[in-house]
Amino acid sequence: MMTTHQLADANAGLLARAAQREQWALLGLTMPAFVLVFLVMLLPVLWLFGLSFLNDEGQFSLENYQRLVESKSYARIFRTTFEVSILTTLICALLGYPLAYLFSQLPSKKANLLMIAVLLPFWTSLLVRTYAWLVLLQRRGVINDWGMSLGFWEEPLKLVHNLSGTLIGMVHIMLPLMILPLYGGMKTISADYTRAAANLGAGPVRVFTTVFLPLSLPGLLAGAMIVFVLCLGFFVTPSLLGGGRVIMLSMRIQTDIELFYNWGAASALGVVLLIFTLLIFYLSMRFLRMKQWMESN
Amino acid sequence: MAISISIRGVRKTYKNVCALDDIDLDIKAGEFLTLLGPSGSGKTTLLMIIAGFIRPDCGSLRFGEEEMILTPPHRRNIGMVFQSYALFPHMNVAANVAYPLKLRGIAKEEIHRRVDDALKLVQLEGLGDRRSNELSGGQKQRVALARAIVFAPRILLMDEPLSALDKKLREQMQLELRQLHDTLGMTTVYVTHDQREALTMSDRIAVINNGALMQLDTPQRIYDYPVSAFTADFIGESILLPAQVRNGAISSCNNMVNATSKVPSDGEYYLLLRPERLQLLNKEAEDGYNVFTGTAKKSVYQGESILLYVTLTNGEQLRVRYNGTMHVSEGDNVYLGLLHEHVVLIARDSE
Repeated sequence: MMTTHQLADANAGLLARAAQREQWALLGLTMPAFVLVFLVMLLPVLWLFGLSFLNDEGQFSLENYQRLVESKSYARIFRTTFEVSILTTLICALLGYPLAYLFSQLPSKKANLLMIAVLLPFWTSLLVRTYAWLVLLQRRGVINDWGMSLGFWEEPLKLVHNLSGTLIGMVHIMLPLMILPLYGGMKTISADYTRAAANLGAGPVRVFTTVFLPLSLPGLLAGAMIVFVLCLGFFVTPSLLGGGRVIMLSMRIQTDIELFYNWGAASALGVVLLIFTLLIFYLSMRFLRMKQWMESN
Repeated sequence: MAISISIRGVRKTYKNVCALDDIDLDIKAGEFLTLLGPSGSGKTTLLMIIAGFIRPDCGSLRFGEEEMILTPPHRRNIGMVFQSYALFPHMNVAANVAYPLKLRGIAKEEIHRRVDDALKLVQLEGLGDRRSNELSGGQKQRVALARAIVFAPRILLMDEPLSALDKKLREQMQLELRQLHDTLGMTTVYVTHDQREALTMSDRIAVINNGALMQLDTPQRIYDYPVSAFTADFIGESILLPAQVRNGAISSCNNMVNATSKVPSDGEYYLLLRPERLQLLNKEAEDGYNVFTGTAKKSVYQGESILLYVTLTNGEQLRVRYNGTMHVSEGDNVYLGLLHEHVVLIARDSE
């Protein structure tokens, strides 16, 4: 006969083993994803990182980075990339915020219906949408035809193959990515908060600036970050709607590889892009934490 | 500093559903009035109309002599405690309490002093730096209260403020809230569905059901003399026995019922019986009592008392509450006594 103590000890071993088995099972399930991320993400990035430090003869040099700093054409490309990305993000925020606000205040049935209108273009192919804009915006396109036949303007407006065309297309494509996190964030702001603010003496403007806006900031920041980072590396839309006048980083990477077969230069650009992306990510995280800290003091 | 509230002819409908139907209600200056009713009765709608968050279809709302029905919520100068507390999550405790003062452009030192005073009043001294998610439910409740009173409003509204707290804390807070009301003296309108809470705290209770005001009276009068079957049933435990009045005589379940109060005009009524108002008697007749005879059924031990189920000879089911000094077993004949002065009749068409 075993005493109860012995029985308990025996079970302790079994219980520990059961817990261990569960952990192994979990690890096993996550393994494929780990391996995949490692093989198709981490390794290539490291490889690119290495390539960027090699010159044409395959020797270690900082030549590629030196060129990025010194060359005027690269400086222009960086400026254009940031200009386009910042403008797109700003316009998306200005257009998306009121829309997301409207959705968050509507009964969810109506909001869902309207959300489909936002998501439908989002689900349509990016290439199709970009070409559609080309058709709409070009010299003899739909918009110019109507505008002139209705007498709004005399000469065809230059709507495409320039910065404005690029912005129109990019804003259209990025807008859902701004609205979704904004809407998600605003949905969590209980009507009780705005009611409480009003009850305590805040007029509509103060309710917005002191309560609703601060509480919606995380969603706005998330949306802005997604849009901005995606804009930094965007290729299809600017290259089709920019008409060669708007040259962004990703387009330069393509020409570096396809035309000059210069993997080192392209890699260096890629690495810089990645660093900017991580920096922005880090800064927005810092900003959120700072804001919280400042408001609690 | 307290001010009266006068509600006249307030109606609110939502797509054919009548949430409030022609409410008239006068709340005295400095009074603690509770709006009591089941969920969906319209009590919260009425509170939201007083606060200004819901526009009624018609009616008048006056604070003192001033018409307020068109005044937006931020100009009504009312303190309010929300059911969810609605503490701003992006501000700490002190910033939450300071919020209404900042909006009123009060000087920094003054704000500091008043926030400290308010936190002291709700026994949260020194917790000003805490964020609201670091507080317990009871502490959040106190912060919400401090924020609602810190700007010395003349009216304080509370929307089921204690419903998220556990029973012990709730009972403690009931007494504290009442004490705070007595200290500050502001007119308080309190919404709850908890009849015990209403009875404990209120100067007067307004019983609301289906968007209509059923009864407005002191807790004791509401409990002792409900005017409708709904009120009798909603507040306290009650059994309603069918009763009739013929030629000035009351009868119920084939018994003549004697009452000390004035007998109402002929018609159909309910006789209100409360389990704790019935007494177990030893014999079939006793002076001063109306006696109902029945058979004892199941008894339920409830700690401070025993609840006994009784079937009367005519089949009506009753409950009686008695203490443990007597022993009754199932199947015994029992005599239930109701004092003549405890006879309350409720008109049958009052539902």
